[in-house]
Amino acid sequence: MIPQRTATSSTLTLYVNDTAHTVTADHRTTLLDVLREHLDLTGTKKGCDHGQCGACTVLVEGRRANSCLLLAVAHDGAHLTTVEGLGDEGRPHPLQEAFHERDAFQCGYCTPGQIVSGVGMLCEAAEGHPSHVTPREVLERATGAPAELDRDEIRERMSGNICRCGAYPYIVRALEDVRHEVTRADGPARASGGGREVPA
Amino acid sequence: MAAPKTTEGVLGTAAPRREGRAKVTGTARYAAEHTPPACAYAWPVAASVARGRVSAVDDSAALALPGALAVLTHENAPRLGEPEDATLHLLQSPRVPHRGWYVALAVAETLETAREMARTVRVTYDEEPHDVVLEPGHPRLYHPEWANGGNPGDRETGDFDRAWEAAPHRIDVTYTLSPLHNHPMEPHSATAVWEGGHLTAYDSSQGATPVAELLAHMYGLDQRQVTVVAEHVGGGFGSKGTPRAPVVLASMAARHTGRPVKVALPRRHLPFVVGHRAPTIQRMRLGARDDGTLTALHHDVVTHTSTVTEFVEQAAVPSRVMYGAEGLRTGHRVAALDVPSPSWMRAPGEAPGMYALECAMDELACTLEMDPVELRLRNIPDREPDSGKPFSSHGLAACLREGARRFGWERRDPRPATRREGDLLLGTGMASATYPVLVAPSTASAQAQGDGTYHVRINATDIGTGARTVLAQVAADALGVGLDAVRIDVGSSDLPHAPLAGGSSGTASWGWAVHKACRELRESGGTVVTVDTTPDVEAQQEYARHAFGAVFVEVGVDVVTGEVRVRRMLGVYATGRILNARTARSQFVGGMTMGLGMALTEHSSMDAALGGFVEKDLAGYHVPANLDVPDIDVHWIEEHDPHLNPVGGKGIGEIGIVGTPAAIANAVHHATGRRLRELPLTPDRVGQDLAGAAG
Ligand code: FES
Ligand code: FES
Repeated sequence: MIPQRTATSSTLTLYVNDTAHTVTADHRTTLLDVLREHLDLTGTKKGCDHGQCGACTVLVEGRRANSCLLLAVAHDGAHLTTVEGLGDEGRPHPLQEAFHERDAFQCGYCTPGQIVSGVGMLCEAAEGHPSHVTPREVLERATGAPAELDRDEIRERMSGNICRCGAYPYIVRALEDVRHEVTRADGPARASGGGREVPA
Repeated sequence: MAAPKTTEGVLGTAAPRREGRAKVTGTARYAAEHTPPACAYAWPVAASVARGRVSAVDDSAALALPGALAVLTHENAPRLGEPEDATLHLLQSPRVPHRGWYVALAVAETLETAREMARTVRVTYDEEPHDVVLEPGHPRLYHPEWANGGNPGDRETGDFDRAWEAAPHRIDVTYTLSPLHNHPMEPHSATAVWEGGHLTAYDSSQGATPVAELLAHMYGLDQRQVTVVAEHVGGGFGSKGTPRAPVVLASMAARHTGRPVKVALPRRHLPFVVGHRAPTIQRMRLGARDDGTLTALHHDVVTHTSTVTEFVEQAAVPSRVMYGAEGLRTGHRVAALDVPSPSWMRAPGEAPGMYALECAMDELACTLEMDPVELRLRNIPDREPDSGKPFSSHGLAACLREGARRFGWERRDPRPATRREGDLLLGTGMASATYPVLVAPSTASAQAQGDGTYHVRINATDIGTGARTVLAQVAADALGVGLDAVRIDVGSSDLPHAPLAGGSSGTASWGWAVHKACRELRESGGTVVTVDTTPDVEAQQEYARHAFGAVFVEVGVDVVTGEVRVRRMLGVYATGRILNARTARSQFVGGMTMGLGMALTEHSSMDAALGGFVEKDLAGYHVPANLDVPDIDVHWIEEHDPHLNPVGGKGIGEIGIVGTPAAIANAVHHATGRRLRELPLTPDRVGQDLAGAAG
């Protein structure tokens, strides 16, 4: 693939779930639209396209982000994890299985975003990041130890992902089920070791 | 796969969702996630005036953009047969009935170009003055003959005026609700492909059969020339109940360009084109004797509709069902304004109507100094008050008693504004819930595969209800086989025709047909059976069939910020037989969550000057987020109602939103001693009131 850049488009490489994809994208194209429309990775959903719902959540270098707010052209070389990269039907990620077991969804449209956000959130907590509801005493200690996730901590940390079907109580339980199991974002760590080149 | 021969408890168990793993791993595809080769993208252009006519469309700059394919307007769009629902007669005339009405459609090679084209198309209008604000004395209010759901607009039994005059205890209060938006997480979308005269559409719809019928009618096709697929649908809550704009736009653009075309509506367009819950102003007059018996009840509903369709939110209807009175008057008045067309939103009629009735009952209980649960128990009627029909079964008393017991209601001190915890005032409240049992004829087929497994086919739609799973359970039960022995196909108009997922009627309607097909197959010992339940549904006896429930809530109200937080929420429901405990619980909880939104966060308003909704997207229109929602406790009373349908369910999709708003509002009154008769109970309203009280 010959790298190209014109006034309105660029050729770039994205490492998505361990696989390198080289695409030529319009400079206006979001990461979300590259995933859905160029790479046919439709697990990542578009709920609002404006950063208001979390349906498009992916991990960028291991951190959760709303992919509808990121321009693809600014992410050449980035490592992404999408819901497809966490697991598949034969080998689901523990959080995917917990969502299934807990019936933590109905229509399923917010679900990939919830799950990816949940994985990112558990990693943030494992790294000791506080949240808006973390008690002052804990903040003042600032030990950097993993954050304790009670239900309100989970609720607060998951409030960027809207579920209109109202599955929140079960989403919280699914996260409780795996909160000690997930301590790092699977995917980007492996991908950084060098992925296969697959031109799109 | 080995088919277990035992069928013990297949129906009623908590079988996990059949498509669950596909949804959690991201392989379940929704309407906009089918991208045929050479697929083009379309972006609609919404009218920027509230009323008038399109006088000119200048598309030259838009068509000059690289990758532009076409701009469709009323001048060049394919001519369509006139649909029954006039909101779907798109790009057929220059008339603009409301702001946001579609006046053009940009089609391009890419999504980005289509979007830029839509911004570039210059539409000019002959603007006319508009009228968009509903007021109780609006001069254009009239009494409609019918309200939604085939309910008569006005009814009176007994003599309300006389009963009201004679009542020793009376309350006369008015409740106000803003418009509300469904906002399912999947925006309305469609992908359309024409191939050799055959139209295939992937549509985000609660019922593919009605969509296929509409498209066949509009394009003058035989129904066999149309396939509509709705395999996975990202919620609808009524707003995808009947066909919506995307499938009409995508099919026109595909026809015009000769390319497959995808249309996914921008979130900010939804309030204008997919329907909304109309605002209501509800005056309640309740008269009662000393012992709490209601003697007079007048439920007067004022609401709006558009100039395109007449849709009347039937908010007075639950007052015809719940308690009754010697003098019972219920009615609707509606004004056709220059507003977007209202339509179904989860529990149309019951959700807003029961907010008013159940808050009024709470006010009456306070006036009488009677426990609100007791007041309701004393007013449960023997027959449906308005129609005089016997009830097929009546679970309200059981729900009230069981709910009160589980919630610890008997420990409640009825005096308002007496419990304080730091900056929080605490209070508890309750309300009843109801939803009618609806059922529609359906077809279905069942086939024996010869290896002990079966294949069931029906165009049911799983919008998140778990329909696939529940229908497989119904089939396994009727066939006397294990769940693994049943394969089921749903979500395509090529399957045996079936009604839409709406009115909490899906499982009853589809389940009846699946049950009948499987029963007949089992009894005949043949290989394939196709059935139609029309005669069975028509032969149903005259009963008043209703689901009931009771909701109990505890709130904390922050006296400094005015913020209301729900601390505990309990719902107890009597909805016939529960067919799948897991998916049923999720639906009840989901409905109650939407009720919490109606009570505390969801609000929309018309801009009087510009004529459109102010709250257009999820930043402006606040649906509940995770931290807004506490643990929700749901229980049900198993009912064995012999007058329903062979599967025995009453429908559960909507009753959860009914009752919850009133229970929360009543709890806020108990916490603060203030009666706010307008939802949502946002900090500005609640806090202002508390500040006023303190001063
Ligand atoms: S689609 Fe990105 S936040 Fe909603
Ligand atoms: S499962 Fe439907 S929006 Fe969350």
